[in-house]
Order: sequence, then structure tokens, then C-alpha cells
Amino acid sequence: MTSDRLRLLLPVLSLAVLLGAVFYLQPRAMSYFGLNLLFNLAIPVALATIAQMMIIMVNDIDLSVGTFVSFCACVTATFVHDTPLLGYAILAGAILAYAALGALIQLRGLPAIVVTLGMSFVWGGLAVLILPSPGGASPEWLRTLMTLKTPLVPIAVIAPLVIAFAVHLLIRRSWIGVILQGVGGNERAMERAGWSVVRLRATSYGLAGLFGVLAGMCLVGLTTAADANIALRYTLLSIAGVILGGGEFVGGRISPFGAVIGALTLTLAASFLSFLRLSPDWQIGAQGAILILVLAVRLLFVRKEATA
Amino acid sequence: MTLKAILLGAAAGIITFAAPVAEADTSDKRIALSNNYAGNSWRQAMLESWQKNGDQAVTDGVVAAADAFTTSENQATEQAAQIQNMILQGYDAIVINAASPTAINGAVKAACDAGITVVSFDGIVQEPCAWRIAVDFQQMGREQVKYLAERYPDGGNLLEIRGLAGVFVDDEISAGIHDEVTNTNFEIVGSVHGDWAQDVAQKAVAGILPSLPEIVGVVTQGGDGYGAAQAIGATDRPMPTIVMGNRQDELQWWADEQAANGYETTSLSIAPGVSTLAFWVAQQILDGQDVPKDLTVPFLKVTQDDLVDALKTTPKGSVANVEYTQDQAKDVIAAAK
Repeated sequence: MTSDRLRLLLPVLSLAVLLGAVFYLQPRAMSYFGLNLLFNLAIPVALATIAQMMIIMVNDIDLSVGTFVSFCACVTATFVHDTPLLGYAILAGAILAYAALGALIQLRGLPAIVVTLGMSFVWGGLAVLILPSPGGASPEWLRTLMTLKTPLVPIAVIAPLVIAFAVHLLIRRSWIGVILQGVGGNERAMERAGWSVVRLRATSYGLAGLFGVLAGMCLVGLTTAADANIALRYTLLSIAGVILGGGEFVGGRISPFGAVIGALTLTLAASFLSFLRLSPDWQIGAQGAILILVLAVRLLFVRKEATA
Repeated sequence: MTLKAILLGAAAGIITFAAPVAEADTSDKRIALSNNYAGNSWRQAMLESWQKNGDQAVTDGVVAAADAFTTSENQATEQAAQIQNMILQGYDAIVINAASPTAINGAVKAACDAGITVVSFDGIVQEPCAWRIAVDFQQMGREQVKYLAERYPDGGNLLEIRGLAGVFVDDEISAGIHDEVTNTNFEIVGSVHGDWAQDVAQKAVAGILPSLPEIVGVVTQGGDGYGAAQAIGATDRPMPTIVMGNRQDELQWWADEQAANGYETTSLSIAPGVSTLAFWVAQQILDGQDVPKDLTVPFLKVTQDDLVDALKTTPKGSVANVEYTQDQAKDVIAAAK
């Protein structure tokens, strides 16, 4: 078994254990309908986690994912619904802005954590400007897509798999993905090999922007309306998802399948605690405990890997 | 006593006990409360009322369960997930105090599609399939002016204390006050923001007082009456009629003034026990009653006559509360038809 496979084993196991526990507590969840309800809100979380992964891949961290997804959700529920052309133009502009941020961070040697923290206020402010009070509506095709009744397996299970597979092809199987991971692994070496790191970083940030936009759109498809604060939690969820899925903060070590599974695990952990009827005062702490437990087990794996 | 007599007696007992339960078809139904926030005294009182009322209803056999769930963070995405979990848990009705009027519409629709009755209150949802028990904040402003107009038919000057600037509730109450004032002889001579807090209100009122002519009444938004009284009491002005907002410190001050010099006023606000009203409305819908989709929360008024009782039952630092009964819920439903 290669070390990459070994790395993926743990997230898969933790998801399986949680799923088993949820099915035990709530047998009703073991159905087409039940799986859909359990996992459909995990689709935007998975996309946001992929966005975060693109940034972590080049050794940076993005603290603006949550507000960016909220902003995209607001644009989708207003402009994309009312004047589609303008709406898509704004979303495309947002992706370009993300790419420009990547270039700026590389050119000026700025710490990404500070730049993205600053940007989180910009996206949050824009979201409030677009949608001062909650409202808007989901474009019809998006609502249809998110509530699609697929045969046999619900969309909430198919969509994360499709996302993970597509990103896997892009990052692990295409030349551009390999080079982008190289930026995280050894930026200097890439530069000496003749690559423009500015362009590469802009590309990975642009990809992050793209997945952020997709997350916002999916979220509106599910909720049917937006709110300027709708996705604030996604910032921390996405970071936790990447790490839970076997990613590392440095070295370009990331796993698309792992990240998506990490996002599903976090979503499921919340449902599990709610089925347990744990008091809300303890829930945040318990969620953290699950996270620490999984990471602690991973540390054992990594040690073994190192000594092997 | 023969065995037969004992059996007869027992049978008679069962019949009399069973009679009130027999009319409810909801004894096997389960109702859940989805609450988005529990971080202030109003919400704590609201959850307590739900618990007390729900436990009693379960004991009486009216419903099978009345469970309360609060999300760990005040976030719409989390509440949507919580509602979807409730659908899985097989509840027959979900009562919601929502984090956002729109962002949980998808989950609410999923619940309706699964045949679940959804009732939202206080923080209401826009999804048309849900019932809404809303607060008429404009009416809250109007009621205050109406009371003052009864006390002072000849009119006079009023001071208005507003809430937090830019918040929907503040605009609504103020709009109600200004609208009603046009039907009376009153004139609003000053307006300050008290942010629904006694200390802020006290400072704001103390600041504007020197520039005001004599005032006969103060219209408020709740949580600011005691501060206004303190500010005015510190000057040599006669005490105007301050409309209170059911807070314990306001009621206490009013009772003290009443004892000292016969001071009279009125007090109104929304009782945290409105959660129990939502519970009974959900129960009525499950019972097959015809309930309009839009209902209005009645105000809890404390008048001169029931001041002493209200003060007795209101803990320090809290708000006057009342738990609604099934009959009161029926009245609210009938009033909306």
C-alpha cells in the first residue's frame, strides 16, 4: 500500500464509523431520502473545502472562504436570478479578483493569512451591500439541479464523488496540478526550473475562487434564498476538512478525495451529536473532540510511516 | 366492598380521567423546537417555558414528545442541517425560531414535502408552506400612544426613546408611534436612541432633557423605561408617564413610585412564553383544525391592577412572562380568521 493510500484510509474509516453510528441511532437515515437529507448540505461544504485545499496546496491559508461563499450566494440569489448575464459577469470578476490576490501575495511577499483576513471584510461588506436584508431567489435551473431525483443513489452522494473525482483528475493526473503541488513542495526549485511562480500562485487562487463560486451557487440552490451571513462557518469547516482529509499545511501534500471526505465527516459529526441529543452547550466542544481524536490517530499513522 | 364494585369504580375512574384526553387526536404526535440562539435572558426564559409546558403536555397525554433543540452557533446553515435531522427523526411538527427568514427555506420546504407541519414564531420564515406567528411591532407603538391619549385627552409633549439604529424592529415600533400620534393632540418634541438598554437610555435622556419643554409622556421600546426614569428623576421636572416594557427593574421602580405617590402607567412587551403559543398552534394544526397561515403574537400587558402579581412572578434581571394555554391559542387562531 502506498503512503498516499494509507493517508486516505483514515478519513474513509472515520467517515464509515460515524455513518455506522448514525445508522444505529437513526435507522430511518438508511434510505435514499435519509442519505439525501444527511448529506445535501455537505455539497457546498465540500466545494468550499476544495477551494481551501487549492490555497493550502501552495502553502497559504485562506480566512475569507466563508465570507466569499456568502458573497457568491448573495450574487447568485440576486443578479444571477434577475439579470443572468450581469450575474455571471460579477462571478467571473470575483474569480479574477481571487487570481489577482494570489499574484499580489507572491509579488509583494505578503502573508496570505493577513491579506485574506482583510479580504473577508471586503467580501462581507459587499454581500451586505447586495443583500441588506435576507432574501433573493434561486435561479430555477439551480434549484432543479440540487433537488434532482437521481435513480438509485441520491444526488447528495453522487455530487461529492463527482467533485472529488474531477478535482483528482485536475490535481493528481494533469501536468498543471503536478506543477501547482510543486509550488507548495519547493517554490525555489520551480522558479529555477523556469516557471513563473506569480502565474502559478494566481492559478491556484483562481481555482480556489472558482470552487468558492460553485459553493455559493450550490448553497443557494439548496436554501432557495440567501443571507449576507449565510456561510460564515465555512472558513473554519473548510480548513478542518482539508486537514481531516489527510492534507498538510505545508509541502503541497493534499488529497482531493480526502478533502471531500473530510467535509462529509464534519457535516455528519454535527448530525451525529444532534441524534445523540447532546445539549447544545456541549456540542461545539464535542465536535472539537472528534476532530482532535481523528488527528491524534493520524499522528500514530504518520509515525509508523516514518519509522517504516 | 365486593370485587365487582371495585372494578366498577375503577372503570368509572378511567372514564372520567379519559374524557378530556379523548378529544385530542394528537397523543401519538411528536413536536420538536428548532431554536437558533440561547444567549440572552429572553431566550433562556423562552426555552424554560417550552420545557415546562411541553413536559406537562406529555404527562397529560396531549402529545407524545416535545423536544427542544438549539444550534450550537447562531448560523443558518447549521439550523438547516438541524431541521433536516428532525425530518429524519420522524417528528410530526417542527416549531422554529429562525436564524434567517430566508436561508432555511430549503430545509423548511423539505420538511413540508415530508408531510411535517412547520410553525415559525418570533424569527419567522418566508417559505409559504410554513405557519407564521409574527410580532406586530407597529401595533406595539400604537398601543402606547393610545394609552397615553386616554390619560391625557388634551394632548401635550412626548419624548420618544428609540432602540438600536438601523434595526428593523426599531423602525417598525417608531413608525407605529408616529402614525398614531397624528390621530391625537400629542406632539413628539424629542427623540433619542436608547439601544434597548437602561444605561444607554439614561445617558441619552439626560443629554436631551435640558433642551425640552415640559413633557407629559415618554414612549419607549422596552428595556429603556427605568433609565429614562432615573434621568428625569435626577432633575426637578415633574415625572411624566413613562410606558414600560415589562422588565423587572422597570416594574419594581413603578411599584415603588406607586406606593410613594400613586404613580400610574402601563407596560407591554412580548412574553418569552410565546414559544408555548407556537406549541399549541402546532398541536391544533396536527389535531386537524383549520388554522390561518399568518397569526399575530398577542402583547403581554401589565396594568396598574396586576402590577403586584406580575412583579411577584418575575425574577430579578428578567422579563415578565406568561405561558399560553390551549384555549388561549384557540382564541388567537379564532381572532386571525
